[in-house]
Amino acid sequence: MKYLCLIYDAESTLAAMPKDQMDAFMGEYYTFSNELASAGQMVVGEELQPVHSATTVRIRNGKMTTTDGPFAETKEQLGGFYLVNAVDLNEAIQIAARIPSARTGSIEVRPIAVHGGQ
Amino acid sequence: MTLGGESQGDSVRDRVDAVYRSDSRRVLATLIRLLGDFDRAEEAMHIAFAAALQSWERDGVPANPRAWLISTARFKSIDAERRRARLDSMVDVVTEQLHPTPDSGDADDRDVVDDQLRLIFTCCHPALSHEAQIALTLREVCGLTTEEIAHAFLATPPTVAQRIVRAKAKIRDARIPYQIPPLAELPARLDAVLHVVYLVFNEGYSASAGDLLTRRDLSGEAIRLGRLLAGLLAEPEVWGLLALMLLQESRRAARTSPNGDLILLEAQDRAAWDQALIAEGSAMVQRALSSRRFGSYTLQAAIAAVHADATAASSTDWRQIVGLYDVLRRADPSPVIALNRAVALAMSGAPEVGLVEIDALLAQGELRDYHLAHAARADLLRRLARYDDAAAAYRQALALVQQEPERRFLQRRLAEVSERNAGG
Repeated sequence: MKYLCLIYDAESTLAAMPKDQMDAFMGEYYTFSNELASAGQMVVGEELQPVHSATTVRIRNGKMTTTDGPFAETKEQLGGFYLVNAVDLNEAIQIAARIPSARTGSIEVRPIAVHGGQ
Repeated sequence: MTLGGESQGDSVRDRVDAVYRSDSRRVLATLIRLLGDFDRAEEAMHIAFAAALQSWERDGVPANPRAWLISTARFKSIDAERRRARLDSMVDVVTEQLHPTPDSGDADDRDVVDDQLRLIFTCCHPALSHEAQIALTLREVCGLTTEEIAHAFLATPPTVAQRIVRAKAKIRDARIPYQIPPLAELPARLDAVLHVVYLVFNEGYSASAGDLLTRRDLSGEAIRLGRLLAGLLAEPEVWGLLALMLLQESRRAARTSPNGDLILLEAQDRAAWDQALIAEGSAMVQRALSSRRFGSYTLQAAIAAVHADATAASSTDWRQIVGLYDVLRRADPSPVIALNRAVALAMSGAPEVGLVEIDALLAQGELRDYHLAHAARADLLRRLARYDDAAAAYRQALALVQQEPERRFLQRRLAEVSERNAGG
């Protein structure tokens, strides 16, 4: 079964982090991603650019509007994700707990919907 | 379903009812594993019990009724799924789903124990909300009806039903496994289970609203859950929690007056304490303590056991209680524990020291809106004959109190100290 681990972190905290700390943090991500891949649990994982680069798109009454910024302003922002393979929620939770941002922000674990015929 | 009026029929029906009461939860726990789904297991179990009424009447009661029920339920469920599946021409797929394990269903004792633990740990899975954990545990593990749960928690049956439906949907859709957690995860997962049991107990024990009888049943249900867990799992904190519940329950008759007023430990009629529960609880505390792997439930139970030991409030061994709070505070450094320790310290003969500690705790801010912190402070001031300050502290506690019996108690105390103040 596939689970999407959505990584939420406070961008302001990350931006204020000293360079050596940030390097160590990114190093942990690098190690974690490698471990996940070699365990065959990684489908894909990406870091997102900060929310200032986000655009929200809607179509209402056939007319498209675009807004600057994310859909919802929150204290922590969606900063990246991993799509992982896990046998069940317990394994997915164990994986999520190893994502470095679990200690600074939070990880939302969402099972991927499977529709008939798959 | 009606059976013949003969005595034979009545006795089979009685037997089926008795097996339902004693074994339906165990049958359900195993069926969930075999069929891989809560709702399908429940439906299959009810069909099997209905079948038992007719079949046992005709062929006699089987030697192992539980095994008969499990294999009948399983067969009927597979049969029904096959018939449904034939329409979709997906027989193979479904049949495969119905055999998640090669188990024949003739579960031995170890499997029965494991299935019950699987059920408890799944119902109390940390990915479910506390409300969902409680509702699901009472429904699936204890066999309470949705109406009974709603009544006990002052909720409406549709609200409780929806909680249960959502929890089952999450178990299915997010794939929460039907498992006993591996050893590395067991302590944390067991904490979640014990927390649910203790929440259920407290809901029944400290209830101030609602039908008292029903809520007392809730405490009884929590104790039954505690006993069940103690029989399934040799973990000291399980014994600790069970002991804590038994020792608190032993004082139930003494802790309220006939008109529902709260009676503090100090003023309780100790002859009204249930000595059988105290003996059982105290023995269990000893067992947990001697394991040397105990935690905060055991320590709280040990404190309750020291109170239970004292034949009069004045002979309470407060020094030992302070010592136990010291250990407890290391395991659980919460301000409420620190408050209780300060009170014990005051009671051990140092009221001024206790008061200084409570003032320091209140100054830290976390307890500022906790009515019992102000009530404890008021009580120490009263004991020190500082009636004016005591009255002010009782007023602060009254401004924060929620439960009606507690409010009445604080008002009585406020009246007492106001009178003394006026008189002195």
